[in-house]
Amino acid sequence: MSKKQIETLVGLFVFLGMLGIFFLALKAANLASFSFNTTYPLLAHFDNVGGLKVGAPVKSAGVRVGRVASITFDNKTFQGDVTMEIERQYQFPTDTSAKILTAGLLGDQYIGLDPGADEKNLQPGETIKMVQSAVVLENLIGQFLYNKAAEAPAKEGSGQK
Amino acid sequence: MSEFLARLGRHVLAVLQTLGHASAFFVDLVRNAPQSLRRPYLTTAQVHAIGNRSLVIIASSGATVGLVLALQGYITLSRYGAAESLGLLVALALVREMGPVVTALLYAGRAGTSLTAEIGLMKAGEQLAAMEMMAVDPRIRVLAPRFMAGVISMPLLGGIFSAVGVIAAYVVGVLMIGIDSGAFWSQMQDGVDVIKDVGNGVVKTIVFGIASTFIALYIGYESEATPEGVAQATTRTVVVSSLTVLSLDFVLTALMFSTP
Repeated sequence: MSKKQIETLVGLFVFLGMLGIFFLALKAANLASFSFNTTYPLLAHFDNVGGLKVGAPVKSAGVRVGRVASITFDNKTFQGDVTMEIERQYQFPTDTSAKILTAGLLGDQYIGLDPGADEKNLQPGETIKMVQSAVVLENLIGQFLYNKAAEAPAKEGSGQK
Repeated sequence: MSEFLARLGRHVLAVLQTLGHASAFFVDLVRNAPQSLRRPYLTTAQVHAIGNRSLVIIASSGATVGLVLALQGYITLSRYGAAESLGLLVALALVREMGPVVTALLYAGRAGTSLTAEIGLMKAGEQLAAMEMMAVDPRIRVLAPRFMAGVISMPLLGGIFSAVGVIAAYVVGVLMIGIDSGAFWSQMQDGVDVIKDVGNGVVKTIVFGIASTFIALYIGYESEATPEGVAQATTRTVVVSSLTVLSLDFVLTALMFSTP
């Protein structure tokens, strides 16, 4: 094979390889929605972070606006401190509330932000004041059983009258 | 008994010596690798021999693995009503693990053995010694271009394997089984991260390429200068390369994908 033919074939091979990798990056992965935006941090303190993981999405109105950057335990307040990185183009009022929600019925957990009505916006590093912790399934079941047990003697009492 | 222990001790020392010799060879190889850029045609010819010639087996294996993953994945996923996630399953399996590892194993079998046999025969035919006599460094002329070619080809082959696998899974899942095409691609795009999944897969292929090519070149270089020696060397390349690739895969997966 002549030198020119070999070089052409190798060029074709390299081109095919690059095409494969680009196809994976664009079509199979999320490069299209890859954002190079800078972010600013917001803090929130939860009594129970549930199954929230680092890297979980932060959504508002169902649209992802940021990610959970770190989750640490505060030994003084015995709460979970969550640091979120919110994309710089999204500003939230100071009375925004943060809830830990579950995607689907048994899916991964994420943070949902409900905006308030204040005129001032949260500055980088500020804490979100209104929070709602994660729902723990065992506590829910325990509450349900306790309510059921509390109903039963009340019904017996009214039946004996 | 003492004879057995003595033999065991000698064997362990021999293994350690081989390890040291191989490490020196590797350092030499890496040091001479940039020199191959001075004669780019040598590297190009080697990329043709290593990469182009492996395209057929890599692409067809990629298609088959994609088809099988799609079929098996569909059977299990439909049990839990999650058949829509087939695209995500196949893409993650291919891009993170199957692509790099299977490509590396096939590469070791096809390109690794040809490298070992070529270097071994060059040594048996005293071509390398003749080059040294002419004050041409065989490491720069012969070994470095092959090493660079291997390191360049592996990521490209891995990318082709995974891409062809995903397309084959699309053909089976959407066109043959009837999963919704929109769900197939959107679940995949939601769940596959460019840097964490595709990027880590590419890093894996680069590491496997360095390891397999280095092992193939070393075993070829150190083979006995006889036909039997060359034959033994080629089988040893496949075995050692495969074991190394699988162990490296475990280490890299633990580093890249384990949750803290």
